[in-house]
Amino acid sequence: MADIAIRAVRKSYGKNPTLHGIDLSFASGEFVVILGPSGCGKSTLLRMIAGLEEITSGEIAINGKVVNRLEPRERGCAMVFQNYALYPHMTVAGNIGYALKVAGVPKTERLRRIEETAKIVGLSDYLDRKPAALSGGQRQRVAMARAIIREPNVFLFDEPLSNLDAKLRVTMRAEIRKLHQRLQATSIFVTHDQVEAMTLADKLVVMNKGVVEQVGQPLDIYHRPASIFVASFIGSPAMNLFDATVDVENAYLAFGGTKMSINNGHAVRLGSRQITVGIRPEQCVVAPDGVSIKVDFIEELGSGRIIHSELNGYPFAASVDEHLRVRPGDRVTLKLPLAHMHLFDKETGRRIEIDLEPRGTGSFSSQPALQAV
Amino acid sequence: MIQRTPFANALTYGVMIFGFLLLIGPFIVIVSGASQTFQQVNAIPFSFVPQDRLFENMGAAWSRANLGTAMLNSFIMASLVTVGKVSLSALTAFAIVFFRTPLKGFFFWMVFITLMLPLEVRVVPTYAVAADLFQPIRLLISAVTGFEVSVDWNLLNSYTGLTLPLIATATGTFLYRQFYLTLPDELAEAARMDGSGAIRFFIDMLLPLSRTNMLALTTIMFVYGWNQYLWPLLMVTDPQYKTTMMSLVALLPSDNGTPDWNVTLAGSLIIMLPPLVVVAVLQRWFVRGLVATEK
Repeated sequence: MADIAIRAVRKSYGKNPTLHGIDLSFASGEFVVILGPSGCGKSTLLRMIAGLEEITSGEIAINGKVVNRLEPRERGCAMVFQNYALYPHMTVAGNIGYALKVAGVPKTERLRRIEETAKIVGLSDYLDRKPAALSGGQRQRVAMARAIIREPNVFLFDEPLSNLDAKLRVTMRAEIRKLHQRLQATSIFVTHDQVEAMTLADKLVVMNKGVVEQVGQPLDIYHRPASIFVASFIGSPAMNLFDATVDVENAYLAFGGTKMSINNGHAVRLGSRQITVGIRPEQCVVAPDGVSIKVDFIEELGSGRIIHSELNGYPFAASVDEHLRVRPGDRVTLKLPLAHMHLFDKETGRRIEIDLEPRGTGSFSSQPALQAV
Repeated sequence: MIQRTPFANALTYGVMIFGFLLLIGPFIVIVSGASQTFQQVNAIPFSFVPQDRLFENMGAAWSRANLGTAMLNSFIMASLVTVGKVSLSALTAFAIVFFRTPLKGFFFWMVFITLMLPLEVRVVPTYAVAADLFQPIRLLISAVTGFEVSVDWNLLNSYTGLTLPLIATATGTFLYRQFYLTLPDELAEAARMDGSGAIRFFIDMLLPLSRTNMLALTTIMFVYGWNQYLWPLLMVTDPQYKTTMMSLVALLPSDNGTPDWNVTLAGSLIIMLPPLVVVAVLQRWFVRGLVATEK
């Protein structure tokens, strides 16, 4: 149990800055997911917390104690690596117990704790095997057991599920969540998979190009993305984004060849700047009136389908009911509810906090349509 | 490239048999010659059939060339070279691969360049150093104080002198480096997270993981050390430190003496045996260590 504070942390390799001043704080026992595309610096940040990477400037404190100069073993962190990094020549028991062996824990005590830990992750029958004789999921469990046995203050996960097949990933995701509920240790989980991020996180940190784009609860981020990047990164299929202009005098938004009347006051507040309008595919509704689009192709999901098309040159996707009879080439009329429009300043990329129409009480309960990848 | 036609089969077998005979031929000559009597070995044509005099001939060769001492010396020398080389290579490669130091590249290339300088090329300077280790210090003292200090400190006629220059080469370092590079970085990081320091990581992880590598290098180095001829010839004047390769000369029939080639051949057979045994025992790992990495 430990809280973590990251203050103005920067990292550069030679002259190339990869992290541009990160400020974050995580409460004790929180499950934090850091999400971002590859190369955004999320793994670097994690490795800096672990102590595997030097901190160029700024400081990281665990439990109020600055750890910049501490060796990894002195920080009380345990890490699960993407490729598991098991010791290939040791048995499962040897792998799990190595940290204790290094720490000089007596053998009987060590064996007892190895068995205890193996039981937690369901590996009791495999203690004598070498990693090469295990399946991917079992190796992952060994890696987790190796972290658990040290009873660390902080668990660090570096994309631990990305080497597993889709089905196993879902299972392991649930197991990691259960494990966290049981151990209640502060956990930081790095991933580029938004489904993992949404399902696991108490607190979600979205990173891009070395800066933190948004921090918050997963659903808040889904419903109120703070920037164009977050809007397009979270949600699958991605949010539809259009460049738009505001006609202040006549109070309407013009985008994608359509015009939408908006409240006078809102129009004035928006002013005549360039904006980007976003709407999630799952919020588009098939209706008698609205924008008319020609279906290019259809993705079947079983529980529904996604129709892909174009709106005035912008790619456009909409999730529709599985019962809707539609084929490529058909025309479909979709209503884009103002209540679910997201507005962004095109220049800065930041969200403009205006609700064009109050959302119904029901809209927040609508589950994000995320597909297990 | 798998073709199954009678002609191709015949051709491949022909090539294989030719190669086999080429390699085994001299060995057959040695084995059969070493087991024949003085008359038989000098008969024309030479008979390739082994006879029953092998052990008598070996005994004669053993006492003539004083092979007991020589074999022991060679064994000590080859073992020291092997042990020294393996441990030095493992450690230098460890330093080069796993530590981030500013001059890492420089050191690696310095070591690497010596690959191109086998002992035979640098034999004169190496001998000069081994014959007078104190020279640099003496030069320094005379330059600073003007005194000529005479200290006799050399490695001639010693096991140190026999082995040290052979240990200081880069082949093993290079082999180990290539192996270490195949290990994922996460392995070292995981060990660090588990609290293991550098030395502990070396002992607990690298040594066991590089076992096949180590045995391959052992095989190569033992044979290399055993077969040294030029260097012992230079370093050793005292018969106490004579190695087997030097004793081979003593086995040759002298110009005007009896041409007892059977004894000479029996002696070479004895000298051949230890490396043969080492290779035979270690060849399984030898091949594995060079070809695949066990991960």
